[in-house]
Amino acid sequence: MTRQDTATLETEKPTVLRLLLVFTRIGLTSFGGGLSGLFFRAFVQDYKWMTEEEFLNGLAISQALPGVNIKNMAIWIGYHLGGFPGAVVGFFGIIGPPAVFIVFLGVVFAQLTGYPITEVALEGAAAAAIGLSLSMGLTAAWHVRRAVLPFVAMVVTFVAIGLLQLPMLWVLLVVGAISIVVEYRRTGS
Amino acid sequence: MADNLLSAMVQVFAPLSLMTIGGGQGVVAEIHRQVVDVHHWLTETQFLDDFAISRLAPGPGSLLVTLIGWHIAGVLGAIVATLSIFGPTALLIYAVAHVWSRYRGARLLIALEAGLRPVAAGLVLAAVWVLMLALKGGWIAEGVALASTAALMATRINPLILIACGAALFVGLSQVGAL
Repeated sequence: MTRQDTATLETEKPTVLRLLLVFTRIGLTSFGGGLSGLFFRAFVQDYKWMTEEEFLNGLAISQALPGVNIKNMAIWIGYHLGGFPGAVVGFFGIIGPPAVFIVFLGVVFAQLTGYPITEVALEGAAAAAIGLSLSMGLTAAWHVRRAVLPFVAMVVTFVAIGLLQLPMLWVLLVVGAISIVVEYRRTGS
Repeated sequence: MADNLLSAMVQVFAPLSLMTIGGGQGVVAEIHRQVVDVHHWLTETQFLDDFAISRLAPGPGSLLVTLIGWHIAGVLGAIVATLSIFGPTALLIYAVAHVWSRYRGARLLIALEAGLRPVAAGLVLAAVWVLMLALKGGWIAEGVALASTAALMATRINPLILIACGAALFVGLSQVGAL
């Protein structure tokens, strides 16, 4: 249960240019969704620039703050790996090239969306892309502290958002706040 | 006139940026309301076309606003719309990341991380659940999602290959009339 030591990974932090290229590549190839799962795959599993713990902490903070999750995550990871320049390339890498691409798509290939086959291919891609989110979700669940309260917080969140479709903000405020207070008291004793 | 249009876009999209906790479809409904019903910047058909393209395109789904901005006011419109929806909260997460690294290991931050992690896990799994329900293609689609999950957890396969396989499988099945 000790927190993982970050020093083990700090031997080979990427350069800012490398970070930009990785964010750009992920941004331009994420067909069908699953972006945060692609981040997990790349930064934790493939390049091993972050531990699972570091990534999951960043994911938790990114989700709790307002703003598009994946953009939050890109800035968090960028800052973690490269300070201010890293955060800047995280933001522009995940937003810029796909933004140019979507306008290009809208101008040149707008008629693509009219073909049924495009729709079918997209559905297949989206089905496979769920694997990225689900495998990351299972890893996140696996790393939840093995105790009753964290487990209850996870299940209540799942049921409230997934099954009951309650507003995200209220679930976050209520479940998140209780869970944080529990952890705060625990670490103090 | 053009300045008025751009500042109106900032006033519409920047507050939406703050509404997007956890992301999701609620924001698309609000974008639709503002862009089509309130400001008449796009027609219903144009909006639906842009939405279809945004689903097709890689990258964050919220880039829908980039395309809308482009259709309202060209290159400048695209830039203004993009920065309006992503910019304000980008500064917020940057500030938080900075504070986090500065006070790393503080009891409050550790409690925040530990407290939010079960919530984050629940959120990711809930999003997966909702996506699974929305999938078209019945048990075949669910099978593809589960097979892809298993492959990602058990091997080091490049996820792009899985996504291409999913797309190819669906196209193939639809060609032979099995989907």
